Amino acid sequence: MTAAAENPLVLVEDVTKIYHRGAPDEVRAIRGISMTVSRGEVLVLEGPSGSGKTSLLTIIGCMSRPTSGQVLVGDRRVSRLSETALTSVRRSTFGFIFQQLHLIPDLSVKDNVMLPLYPTGMPVAEMDERVDRVLSAMRLEHRRTARAGRISGGEQQRTAIARALVTEPTIVIADEPTAHLDSELSAELLKILAELNGAGTTIIIATHDPRVMEHTVVSRRLVVRDGLIVEEAQP
Amino acid sequence: MRRHLKILDFALASLQRRPFKNWAIVAVYAFTVAVVASVLFLTQSIRQEAAQLFVGAPELTVQRMVGGRHVPIGIDAGDTIASFPGVIDVEPRFWGYTYDAVTESTITVMGVGPGMATIELVEGRLPTHSTECAVGAGVAAMWGSAVGGEIILVDAATTGVLYEVVGTFTSPSDILTNDLVVMTSDEAALFLGLPVGLATDLGVRVANAGEVDTIAAKIKRAFPDSRPITRAEVLRTYDAVFHWRSGMMLAVFSGGLIAFVILAWDKATGLSAEERREIGILKAVGWDISDVLELKMLEGVVISLTSLIVGLIAAMIHVFVLGAPLLTPMLRGWSVLFPKLHPTPHVDPYMLFAIGFLTVVPYVAATVAPSWKAATTDPDAVVRG
Repeated sequence: MTAAAENPLVLVEDVTKIYHRGAPDEVRAIRGISMTVSRGEVLVLEGPSGSGKTSLLTIIGCMSRPTSGQVLVGDRRVSRLSETALTSVRRSTFGFIFQQLHLIPDLSVKDNVMLPLYPTGMPVAEMDERVDRVLSAMRLEHRRTARAGRISGGEQQRTAIARALVTEPTIVIADEPTAHLDSELSAELLKILAELNGAGTTIIIATHDPRVMEHTVVSRRLVVRDGLIVEEAQP
Repeated sequence: MRRHLKILDFALASLQRRPFKNWAIVAVYAFTVAVVASVLFLTQSIRQEAAQLFVGAPELTVQRMVGGRHVPIGIDAGDTIASFPGVIDVEPRFWGYTYDAVTESTITVMGVGPGMATIELVEGRLPTHSTECAVGAGVAAMWGSAVGGEIILVDAATTGVLYEVVGTFTSPSDILTNDLVVMTSDEAALFLGLPVGLATDLGVRVANAGEVDTIAAKIKRAFPDSRPITRAEVLRTYDAVFHWRSGMMLAVFSGGLIAFVILAWDKATGLSAEERREIGILKAVGWDISDVLELKMLEGVVISLTSLIVGLIAAMIHVFVLGAPLLTPMLRGWSVLFPKLHPTPHVDPYMLFAIGFLTVVPYVAATVAPSWKAATTDPDAVVRG
């Protein structure tokens, strides 16, 4: 066992997630998953729609709590944290790239990217500097004042990535990031993720897109089916 | 602090994204505040002016009642009243009304008396001769007659009498003097057809305000057909009349108020799918529940404070600059020659607080409350699209 595996960045132990518990429409999205995420790896959660990938991502990313089991991020047991503390971990540790991008179309590219920084109390100059840096990295400087709803699909995607990176997260979580992208945009996204990983960022991707699963940047693949990890594979 | 300022910054940017909708809310909200504030400012100002005007009035007015009617009182009764301990002096007052068919207005005719001291003359002097008079601004305007001009009034014997205008009145407001014509006391008695030895009523000045009720009781005992009216009673009546009128007006406008409340409630409770999605995005990118609620509260505060300030300024301009042209038909008295109101700017801080509290707090609460549920929902719902 490597040092990284002995001291994982994320530790998930026997986690379950049940939606609408006790109701007629109860859904057992995760049925007991244990896994680790090591620092600096690119982990792919693959599986068909409804397999529990997104539920697992949101639990790891502190966007929801498990019904049972525990999750450690670094040395913090996040599964039982208060809402405020959970938000703090989410803000400081994770950057999210959503399947639907979830930009606010009426806001400028710059304001969309700045969204995660508003509640941090960071000095304005530092906020501007960070936003400029990620916009530059995403080749969006010329679009900073454009409304997010009026830029191209590729630019929107890069804006969403810039927003995920502006807090300088330890872990980037991407949920089906290529689901609505053509081959060219998918390749561009994967290139950006590879560069991020090269800079030391840990990346967790949920996908059922073979282009992602088979990409050389991927360190490890976990196959999720019916709320369970059924297979672990090295690419 | 920086964090709160940044959230305020975002709230302002957020409001600017929907300018038409938000300015429409501000317009309706400000109009509602302006209407309510106008009614309250005007009635408060009138009551305040009335209180000031009656400062110089005698503490007691004694009238004689026969068969439930107000009839002239004997001037000699004043001598008896003046002998009561605590009474400074008793002044017979001669006043009444005359209808002027030319201007189709009712005019108040009054003899010069001590009460005149509180009323300033804009120009000229008080009458000293039976052919002279001083007039209020409304009468002067109606006759187109300034100092040096003439007016003709019809006396109790239906005879037209010519008077020279020697003075025109002003006062803290026109309420008291607008329809007033002042003559010498003898001429007023003659004009009004008062028999010699009788006056319209008696003004009684009392040394100690605490003894007014005792002296009124003594007068009543000495003259069972008299009706002593204290200044406090007049003020209370005035106060009650305008309280009642403002209450009536607020009742009339309550339909509009209710409509506004329904509009605000509908706007606030009906979080759109877009708004719910935005709250989810904010949560997902690291905003805490308190951050989201602070954002919504600041949006509500900005809208409601803007509306409150605009509404209050509009009400002040309407009432104190323009003379409340939209409200006076409902609030002024029965006189045909309506006084032109110039309400003295007087704003009670408690009233401002009440208007603010009754508008800002419910609106902000109605804005924040529905956001609570969206803000406390796990953001993973957004992730799932």
